[in-house]
Amino acid sequence: MELQSTYNLKIVKQFAVMTVVWGIVGMLVGVFIAAQLVWPELNFDLPWTTYSRLRPLHTNAVIFAFGGSALFATSYYVVQRTCQVRLFSDRLASFTFWGWNLVIVLAAITLPMGITSSKEYAELEWPIDILIAVVWVVYGIVFFGTIMKRKVKHIYVANWFYGAFIITVAILHIVNSAAVPVTLTKSYSAYAGAMDAMIQWWYGHNAVGFFLTAGFLGMMYYFVPKQAGRPVYSYRLSVVHFWALISTYIWAGPHHLHYTALPDWTQTVGMVFSLVLLAPSWGGMINGIMTLSGAWDKLRTDPILRFLLVSLSFYGMSTFEGPMMAIKTVNALSHYTDWTIGHVHSGALGWVGFVSIGAIYFLLPRVVGKTEMYSKKLMEFHFWIATLGVVLYITAMWIAGIMQGLMWSAVNDDGTLTYSFVETLSAMYPYYFVRFLGGVLYLTGMLSMAYNMWKTIQGSKTTVESIPQTA
Amino acid sequence: MNSFLHWFVIVLTLGNILGCWWLIRYAAKKRPGDVPDGAKMTHSWDNGDLVELNNPMPGWWLGMFYATIVFSLVYLALYPGLGNFKGFFNWTQVSQYEKEIADAKETYGPIFAKYAQQDLVTVSKDAEANAIGKRLFINYCSTCHGSDAGGASGFPSLKDKAWLWGGSPEAIKQSILNGRQAMMPAWKAVIGDDGVGKVAAYVASLSGRSANPAQVTAGKALFATNCAACHMPTGVGNPLLGAADLTDKTWLYGGSLGAIKKTIANGRKGVMPAHRDFLGEDKVHLLAAYIYSLSAD
Repeated sequence: MELQSTYNLKIVKQFAVMTVVWGIVGMLVGVFIAAQLVWPELNFDLPWTTYSRLRPLHTNAVIFAFGGSALFATSYYVVQRTCQVRLFSDRLASFTFWGWNLVIVLAAITLPMGITSSKEYAELEWPIDILIAVVWVVYGIVFFGTIMKRKVKHIYVANWFYGAFIITVAILHIVNSAAVPVTLTKSYSAYAGAMDAMIQWWYGHNAVGFFLTAGFLGMMYYFVPKQAGRPVYSYRLSVVHFWALISTYIWAGPHHLHYTALPDWTQTVGMVFSLVLLAPSWGGMINGIMTLSGAWDKLRTDPILRFLLVSLSFYGMSTFEGPMMAIKTVNALSHYTDWTIGHVHSGALGWVGFVSIGAIYFLLPRVVGKTEMYSKKLMEFHFWIATLGVVLYITAMWIAGIMQGLMWSAVNDDGTLTYSFVETLSAMYPYYFVRFLGGVLYLTGMLSMAYNMWKTIQGSKTTVESIPQTA
Repeated sequence: MNSFLHWFVIVLTLGNILGCWWLIRYAAKKRPGDVPDGAKMTHSWDNGDLVELNNPMPGWWLGMFYATIVFSLVYLALYPGLGNFKGFFNWTQVSQYEKEIADAKETYGPIFAKYAQQDLVTVSKDAEANAIGKRLFINYCSTCHGSDAGGASGFPSLKDKAWLWGGSPEAIKQSILNGRQAMMPAWKAVIGDDGVGKVAAYVASLSGRSANPAQVTAGKALFATNCAACHMPTGVGNPLLGAADLTDKTWLYGGSLGAIKKTIANGRKGVMPAHRDFLGEDKVHLLAAYIYSLSAD
């Protein structure tokens, strides 16, 4: 078995390339709908191009297409190298690539057509949901199959996080998407009323918790020590924060439904666990940043390390902000405002985006037989323009969100509301414009990455790397 | 919830929170044979390239972790969270809402009550009352009737002289307090497309527009049989029924021949919701006066 003595880097390359491609598509749609909020004429009065249909396309594309491809690429890369075996099955791995991309293409077709289950971040209709479930189970088989045949006794911490992410996302997706089909393109949720809302946000928040946090922590735990050339700071810390994180995250969903028809006890439990979540979340940040310490000098010359460090900073900031926003009193101000959008994007652009970009810059040359990316200057450019983009985006949304919250609750001397809804909306224009600008900058960075990737890959062949013998 | 679910929630909630506590203690404990603090663990990955140190967990971080756990336990003792246990504060979101509403009524009630005893016309000439009325209008009415009370298709303008249900101060107040339900039946099944066309031509002619004379004549006969009961034989409408005046230039659902045909063929159903329970009579009094002032001479 000649093949078994090398790593499967082809699948890593495929997903890495699609990470950049889908990143650009998803962010382009994001920039477009951000523009629609400033210039509503851009809805074009066509059903397919209205904000309401394109917004789910944006969220699905960036979370599942961009983020998902990054997770597939890195988890396949990491699990092979830390187990020192080839993937469990090349065929099944290839199936996950084509299957996942088919899901994304179907999403890009059905969502603008208005075909939707109307569940946030789970809008795709039941036939696509079934396809997702199948692809995901196969992903689990490939990942855990590789773990099973590993040549290294201990399972590396990155694989704990990837594993928890794969198992939990399967459960979340299958439970939340349970529905009664009516036609091929229409179904009704299997749950009713407040229970449906609860299950939706149990799913929704854990899509953040397991897809966008646990999965990317797995990424962080491999690429940070590798790029820094430093040992992971604390094994003990990683054990505690792993188990604490995955056990408490699963409870936090009800904080999306404060002051609603959800029973009081559920809201309290959701809020309490969101607060307990702070320390376990920060455990990952501490371990990452302390791993980098001792390699600070490299930050001046190494754009990949800079992406990774800034991603950890945004991770720490968002995971502090989240528990605070889950407190009922704060939530009473922040809920339904653009503050939430700002919070999500400091996590999505700052944490998920930056750690993925860093990881892709790390592995891309390594899977195409090169030692480094085509242009370091472009990576530097990417870093600065993306950082500026994120900062503009989230500060605009913080100001907009807090302003909205205050304007909505401002009352006159006679108890009437000071502002009508339209007045609060028109006050948002400058901030929506700054947000749009931030998005444009971030997207520009991604375009530079695509060019850099193209020049790196051009004329190259997939690396053939033999697996070192374990001692 | 039943007693099984009650205990299920308590055991899982406390179990997970206390489990975190136990996990910290367990991991922090030093055992014989452990790698010393700060030294490398014995395992490595990626051909020996990835290693881990056995550094202790930072003290400030552990302190923060313990603090959130203690806060959670205290919070769960004070607020409803552990199954059926109501918490020592006996707080519910419904009681909080009711208290806030009661407080608001007590604070702001007298401001509105001051005008309740004055008649509507007097209130409508009071600048301060109108300022309050305008704010109430922006809060509660502008969604349908527009911020300037100019209305929109299907939602009448409140600043012109055309009133479906009467424009006296009292009639306006009644509309707000009890709501109105307008009912224009669909006539297509009764008089057919041809009949709809004829009646529409006649209706258009009522406001002085030219239309096919043969159609107008035929429409007039149909109008007398089918429409005059509500819209009156001359088409001036009847405010008791909310039947629109068809002789003026104000059209709630559009005055083009096509729009009139659509109205006759398919009918219309206008609903003004009742606000008596929602706003209370005192606020409605101010609102009615404000709205009256918009079109009063």
